Amino acid sequence: MEKELWKGNEAIAEAAIRAGCDCFFGYPITPQSEVPEYMSAHLPKAGGVFLQSESEVAAINMVYGAAGAGMRAMTSSSSPGISLKQEGITYIAGAELPCVIVNCMRGGPGLGTIQPGQGDYYQATRGGGNGDYRTLVLSPSNVQEAVDFVQEAFDIADQYRNPVMVVMDGLIGQMMEPIEWHPVPKRDLPPKDWATTGRKDRDHNNIINSLYMDPNECDRHNEHLAEKYALMEKNEVRWEEKECEDAEVIITAYGTPARIALTALETLRAEGLKVGLFRPITLWPFPEAALRKLSKADHVKAFVDVEMSSTGQMIDDVRLSVEGRKPIRYLGHAGGVMPTVEEMVDAVKAALKEGK
Amino acid sequence: MKKEIIISGFGGQGGLAIGKNLAEAGMAEGLNVTWAPSYGPEMRGGTANCSVVLSDKPVGSPVFAHPTELIALNEPSLAKFEAGVVPGGMVFVNSDVVTDKVSRDDLTAYYIPCSKIADEVGNPKVSNMVMLGAYVAGTKILKPETIEEMIQEMFTGAKAKFVPLNIEAFRRGMACVQ
Repeated sequence: MEKELWKGNEAIAEAAIRAGCDCFFGYPITPQSEVPEYMSAHLPKAGGVFLQSESEVAAINMVYGAAGAGMRAMTSSSSPGISLKQEGITYIAGAELPCVIVNCMRGGPGLGTIQPGQGDYYQATRGGGNGDYRTLVLSPSNVQEAVDFVQEAFDIADQYRNPVMVVMDGLIGQMMEPIEWHPVPKRDLPPKDWATTGRKDRDHNNIINSLYMDPNECDRHNEHLAEKYALMEKNEVRWEEKECEDAEVIITAYGTPARIALTALETLRAEGLKVGLFRPITLWPFPEAALRKLSKADHVKAFVDVEMSSTGQMIDDVRLSVEGRKPIRYLGHAGGVMPTVEEMVDAVKAALKEGK
Repeated sequence: MKKEIIISGFGGQGGLAIGKNLAEAGMAEGLNVTWAPSYGPEMRGGTANCSVVLSDKPVGSPVFAHPTELIALNEPSLAKFEAGVVPGGMVFVNSDVVTDKVSRDDLTAYYIPCSKIADEVGNPKVSNMVMLGAYVAGTKILKPETIEEMIQEMFTGAKAKFVPLNIEAFRRGMACVQ
């Protein structure tokens, strides 16, 4: 298949169109503005609806409405804009509607910086909105994955009737890389017989709602949601291991830091040091069992978690998986400053010393 | 083989386009490539730069502090990035804009009068192609034919008339180094 050079954000938009996205609602914000820009030019030509909303809050509520009507709906934004969407996301999760939300992350908190960041890990994996809900979170570390994951995200969302987030640091959105438009796995999807498309021949009205006045009913609804999330934890966990088979130190990283870690691995392996990379691909559900298994291996002496975050966020999930068996060091920067290969090399060497 | 290239200049000088051409050509030759732009307020009047990796292995980090080559289209770019170039690396300077010289003696410096050549060829817009030619001849990492084929694919239909002009500029750039 012929390779094409695509910019991450534009590729994501094209991928969504190819996945049958019916509606896109968004608002410009750096570093994701090429997504709505591309959508505005190409989605209407494909028969879909592009609408630049008056705000991020409006955009996510348009997604809520379109998804309720059975449309494949999507929005994208960057960190501060995603914060604004949180109320809509918890409503959508509560009302059990499928949609795709892309967060092209920049540094925070607040307006922070327009440069790449990974400070929204908690928000994506713990839920920035209220209540007991989860969003499935896919995290690409190259443009090909971004393209594949966005296409799959629509199917995953439809299968579980749940929002799916594609979360990546701004660099993945801004960079260009060769990709192939190869087919992605398609799922057998249930009919959207719950959609509010007019009563027609039905004997009942379909109602989209997240409000339950009866506490027992709300309790049952939450139990049902919990069962759904347990199913996602069972079936949807993804991760990648590189050279972990004999590794004494394992770097845990996702997105761009995972790419930088590959270069660090090359440097360290050339020096004869046994280093591996564990890269979560679904940030939620986190690949806890796989990381726990590695932490139990005798050859693994220590972990180094690397993130574009000042104190680390994913490191909490790493800790929950490693359960104190091995020491975990942290290396991170925020504000758009990226951890360097040299810093990773030093951190791994320090971890080796500590682990012995 | 791995080349890590920084191309830097004023916004509008075409540095990002040179980078994209290098990435496209690398991809056409079966290399792994990445192109990562700087983005932000520096694009409005200041220095805009991009980082390109051409590698026979999958590309790890698309950004780096120590380029193997620097293409400096303006003075701030040379001042900002010269110190980071790997020892033995190359610096390609647009000598029509930059009057400073490369100060390190462990680098190979090429001074390319991009604008002057572009004017001689007949269009100031092709100064990028002059620089691209210089880079290809200096590093020998890409085949000149690949670039020339790319130019032919770039300008089709009503724009096909620009092909000879761009190829001429590219070849004149190569000649500066050979």
